[in-house]
Amino acid sequence: MTTVNNPYLPELATITKIIEETPNIKSYQVVFDDQEKMGRFSFEPGQVGQLSVFGTGESTFVINSPPTRMEYLQFSVMKAGEVTGVLHDLAEGDQVGVRAPLGNWFPYEEMKGKKILFIGGGIGLAPLRTLILFMLDNRDDYDDITIIYGARTPPDLCYKDDLKDWEARADVNLILTVDAEYPEWDKRIGFVPTVLSEVAPSSENTVAITCGPPIMIKFVLQGLAQLKFKDEQIITTLEKRMKCGIGICGRCNIGSMYVCKDGPVFSLAQLKQIPPEL
Amino acid sequence: MAKLGYLPKEKLTALLEALSKEQRLFVPCQAGDAVLFQQYDATKTPCLDRPATTPPKGIIFPQDDTLFTFTYHKDAEDLKKVSVELKENLDVAPTIIFGARPCDAKGFLIYDRPYTETDTPDPYYKKRRDMTAIMTLACPAPSPGCFCTSVGGDPADKDGSDVLITQLESGYLFESITEKGETILQNSLFEEGSSYQEQAQRTHEAVAELVRKPFQVTEELTQKVLSLFENDSFWEEEANKCISCGACTYLCPTCYCFNITDEQAGSSGERIRTWDACMFYHFTLEASGHNPRALKHQRLKNRVGHKFSYYPQKYDGAIACCGCGRCVRYCPVSVDISEIVAHAQEYTNDHGE
Repeated sequence: MTTVNNPYLPELATITKIIEETPNIKSYQVVFDDQEKMGRFSFEPGQVGQLSVFGTGESTFVINSPPTRMEYLQFSVMKAGEVTGVLHDLAEGDQVGVRAPLGNWFPYEEMKGKKILFIGGGIGLAPLRTLILFMLDNRDDYDDITIIYGARTPPDLCYKDDLKDWEARADVNLILTVDAEYPEWDKRIGFVPTVLSEVAPSSENTVAITCGPPIMIKFVLQGLAQLKFKDEQIITTLEKRMKCGIGICGRCNIGSMYVCKDGPVFSLAQLKQIPPEL
Repeated sequence: MAKLGYLPKEKLTALLEALSKEQRLFVPCQAGDAVLFQQYDATKTPCLDRPATTPPKGIIFPQDDTLFTFTYHKDAEDLKKVSVELKENLDVAPTIIFGARPCDAKGFLIYDRPYTETDTPDPYYKKRRDMTAIMTLACPAPSPGCFCTSVGGDPADKDGSDVLITQLESGYLFESITEKGETILQNSLFEEGSSYQEQAQRTHEAVAELVRKPFQVTEELTQKVLSLFENDSFWEEEANKCISCGACTYLCPTCYCFNITDEQAGSSGERIRTWDACMFYHFTLEASGHNPRALKHQRLKNRVGHKFSYYPQKYDGAIACCGCGRCVRYCPVSVDISEIVAHAQEYTNDHGE
């Protein structure tokens, strides 16, 4: 017999599709084996899940498909450590475990009626993708949507099909950049923070949501401050090593706050209230 | 109404025998130089004159615990197809912890907040907790390094216990605190105990006087410790001799961090939870190589900070240290958490932080 609501017991799920996003990032679309549970499952954009490979362990990833598209849950995995290495060896049809949803989410209700500025770098587009697709599925609720996204090289850009889509849409302003010149690349060249300053979006009635490597975030925050964005208008997501995912095991705390439970989504105003231990 | 029962010393073994027939009974026993909680049987002699070397936390929160087992099955028709079967592991037997100290019992109260009083209670902890009765021995004397009265405790504190036992000249007075405790006191070995109550009270007061008081918890303490967060030189000084061995966390009744790992042999294996410690470098090491607490003073700061600032911020000011003094007694390099807290108070008073 199984305890109802055992937060440590993963739901069994099958990988229905694997997408090679970049040379070291793959996206996995998974569906719970228990169809009834899949039908009942709900989450909010920005929430994360733990993917299990039984025998190796668990790792935390954002659910980067939106709750408006529930045919599957998508997770993107950069090959970095033990669990992600084994995940990269899995094939469509293989089983994994999923513990989700965990953590908090983007305050999308408060963003209604506002201009939205997404600033992403590399795999950092994953949590933004959830919210972008969610907003596109509720397009009338939001004003202008601008996406500034960059990666080291064009092959390192994630979600290439989405990027094509967003580029073609009249109601999305997509700005792509790569770090250096690359054959056949005809879009911007330069680091994301530099491009942000060039594009110089207005902070008026705007919410900026940024995710990417720490060094990018550091300079994006400086750039946003120059563009007169207030701390309350800036939202980011944090990453930490996690195990339990429910605010107990003690790994992801910053002071009294647990990234797995109280996060991963924070406004810059909130981050300035907690001890600097990133 | 609390039930009181008196047990003459010579009947202690009979009581333990009786209790161990009904459920698993753990008592502190001499094991080499150490005193450890062991499952009672007729070969065991309880050692009650000094606190156990390790707290009884492992009885409710085992040092390693299988959360579930998994088995991979090959499909007989399609050999490429493999499916996984999970089996939850949650068998718990009724248990009594006999001879815990008040600080040990209080440790479980500190566990309870994050483990049971949340929207995602921990079923493994909760089930064992619910099925365990704690019979606590009021401390007959303070132990080296202990400081329970500094953190709101008392050598005869009843909080968290089901029965409080007081050692008297020729026997023990048992006082029930909860319903679980009352049931235990229904045993016919107990004699009428009310005439011993005053004697027990006098003993409690006398012992409380003897406990050292290295600092006093004030309302400002939480903020004071937090205000030193960015003061690296303060923490470097305090952590100077620390060797990050983590012994303090393993001996601590309130340290509750853990790790989760998988072990597999052949086509089956287990997901295991094990005690872990914020004093270890690898605890927070990320796959990218980044480590938010890479330095030992950052880790010591987290341990002290969690007990005296972060936990109280989260849980109505409750200090997550029970003052048992084990980390002070057994630290191989004599780091003393009570001194660190006292230093933090002095430092912030002197520097107006």
